[in-house]
Amino acid sequence: MTKPGVDLTPYLRQEMMPTVWCPGCGHGIIARGIATALMSLGLDMDQVAVVGGIGCSGRAPFYFEANAMHTTHGRALAYATGLKMVNPGLTVIVPMGDGDSMAIGGNHLIHAARRNIDITAVIFNNSIYGMTGGQAAPTSPLDSRSTTSPMGSIEPAFDTVELALAAGATYVARTTTFDFQEMPQLIAGAIRHHGFSVVEVLSQCPTYYGRLNKLGEAPDMLLYERDRTKLLEAFGPLPEITREEMVGKLPIGLFRDEERPEYVDQYHGLVARAGGGKHAS
Amino acid sequence: MRLVQGNEAVALAAVHAGCNFYSGYPITPATEIMEMMARQMPKTGGVFVQMEDEIGSIAAAIGAAWGGAKAMTATSGPGFSLMQENIGYACMTQTPVVVVDSQRGGPSTGLPTLPAQGEVMQARYGTHGDHEVIVLTAASVVEAYRMTVEAFNLSETYRVPAILLLDAVLSHMRENVEFPDVPVRERLKPVIDENFLPFGADAPFLPFGSGHHTVVTGMSHDETGLPKALAGQAVQRILKGVQARMERDAREITFYHELALDDADIVLLTYGITARAAREAVQLLRADGIKAGLLDLQTLWPFPDWLVQEKTRQAKAVLVPELNLGQYVMPVRAALAGRCPVQPLGRCDGELFTPEALADAAKALASSVEIGGVAHD
Ligand SMILES: Cc1ncc(C[n+]2csc(CCOP(=O)(O)OP(=O)(O)O)c2C)c(N)n1
Ligand code: SF4
Ligand SMILES: [Mg+2]
Repeated sequence: MTKPGVDLTPYLRQEMMPTVWCPGCGHGIIARGIATALMSLGLDMDQVAVVGGIGCSGRAPFYFEANAMHTTHGRALAYATGLKMVNPGLTVIVPMGDGDSMAIGGNHLIHAARRNIDITAVIFNNSIYGMTGGQAAPTSPLDSRSTTSPMGSIEPAFDTVELALAAGATYVARTTTFDFQEMPQLIAGAIRHHGFSVVEVLSQCPTYYGRLNKLGEAPDMLLYERDRTKLLEAFGPLPEITREEMVGKLPIGLFRDEERPEYVDQYHGLVARAGGGKHAS
Repeated sequence: MRLVQGNEAVALAAVHAGCNFYSGYPITPATEIMEMMARQMPKTGGVFVQMEDEIGSIAAAIGAAWGGAKAMTATSGPGFSLMQENIGYACMTQTPVVVVDSQRGGPSTGLPTLPAQGEVMQARYGTHGDHEVIVLTAASVVEAYRMTVEAFNLSETYRVPAILLLDAVLSHMRENVEFPDVPVRERLKPVIDENFLPFGADAPFLPFGSGHHTVVTGMSHDETGLPKALAGQAVQRILKGVQARMERDAREITFYHELALDDADIVLLTYGITARAAREAVQLLRADGIKAGLLDLQTLWPFPDWLVQEKTRQAKAVLVPELNLGQYVMPVRAALAGRCPVQPLGRCDGELFTPEALADAAKALASSVEIGGVAHD
């Protein structure tokens, strides 16, 4: 984790500061978590590409001193797939919104997971559409308020982790902006992991989700995150948790970290079998 | 000489042009391009990926371009509609990418196995916002080969998406061909110093990992790529720049054939597969004493108004046969600005025009503008 005084400036694009994010928004904490992870891994930023979609979260690529792509709503993983396949040397990180990744971009998420392509998706989950002003997302909890569910949502929410696990992602974690100890470590683990990684970070949107659901200011929302989650046995395999223990709680921590043939490697194998020589890079 | 299918010619031409990334989703009548690329890409060290849909296909192709590839995807109407948003992203980010659309009857699922030319306007204006694209078409297998290579070349030079419009007949037809050696434009490498502007006028395309941390965004941005203040003015400057470069080089971008235009009273203006029947129609009309000629365009957009004006200067009327209910006739009319009658001839029943049908329409047009010919009773 970043200790006070740790200098992240080489990882952040100074000319784009300050960010567009509202005061108290959790997205800045996640961006800091990603920068901290990049620093801890000592990656050459010339070989890092940050590919985002559209949304408040989608703006994240602008803030990294890296190759940056701000694509279209929901499609970042498809862009990243092409990029990674022709340039496997690049470390590809995809910051995504919850609507971006699970509504409009849900198809690309499950297929990237199924292929197990070596990309790290970081899902900035604030349970709402922030950028467009607080509409319901597929992650908005049942009964939660938004401008398009003013009487409370009647739809059940997606569980990002369950979705990523079922779709075949080989590194799956959930953390929160409250848990800044673990968050950069989980992201660094995801970047190091050779395969498709999903790190869901529960984030706060005080401007819309907080206000519409009467959750108070950003610090209150951080405590709300703390209280609605329960840390799995630190970074170990999924422990047996009793139903009683989990009532009303979302498990956080590392859910899966396993090796499975990675897509770009699989493709290179195919090229070798076809006699195509060195794969384009 | 060998017997080659239209779709196969496109795949072979792409490989010749240096294409090393293909992403796609199966759809009739474009599928064989994808199947060919699935065999060709691994053999040549390129990348082939079957995406989950056409939105993903075009997105992956654009991503691959930024990874350093020459990228292509191919589809037909329904898939082409799905691609539109991200084609606009390629326009806004000045990304070279080639999109092949083998047109079938539409709208919607339409006539999946039959030819049409229903996407002539969509290819130009399908994505939202002001933008430039290059749209080429072809009438034969050998031309499909040539235009595919040119699509890569032009896309590279002007940093715009190049769209190649085929149709179900051309895609599936086989012809005996000897492939021409079409020159390939190599990607230029810019000098990267502190003055380098990734989106500066005439700046060559610089992919990721080349030492400059480029920001690529579909938001309005200036020449640095950053969405800074006054982005509206900046993007207008950039988009007008693209337009101006294409206007400046209009003669190099515009491919066409002409037949018997010098003294033609009636000009048939065609594109794509219709040119085949039109060439015969001109012979039939000439045999009947009607001075007919043919202007057959391979470059549809940017619209070559200068060429249409030049080649119809002597004409008394222009006939525009299309496999749609009247699309390309509109810019032709605008270009001639009432100088002579411009007659549409459209169909969308999945059939091609016969030479006789074209000749009959031309004769009717000739008599309506009182051009003398051999009298028929
Ligand atoms: C195709 C398309 N549809 C809709 C939009 C409008 N839009 C922009 S951001 C957004 C939702 C953002 O929500 P989320 O992905 O959760 O990101 P957040 O802003 O909350 O970080 C929407 C619907 C768009 N830009 N493109
Ligand atoms: S609207 Fe919400 S998600 Fe968007 S920047 Fe503001 S607080 Fe963050
Ligand atoms: Mg959101």
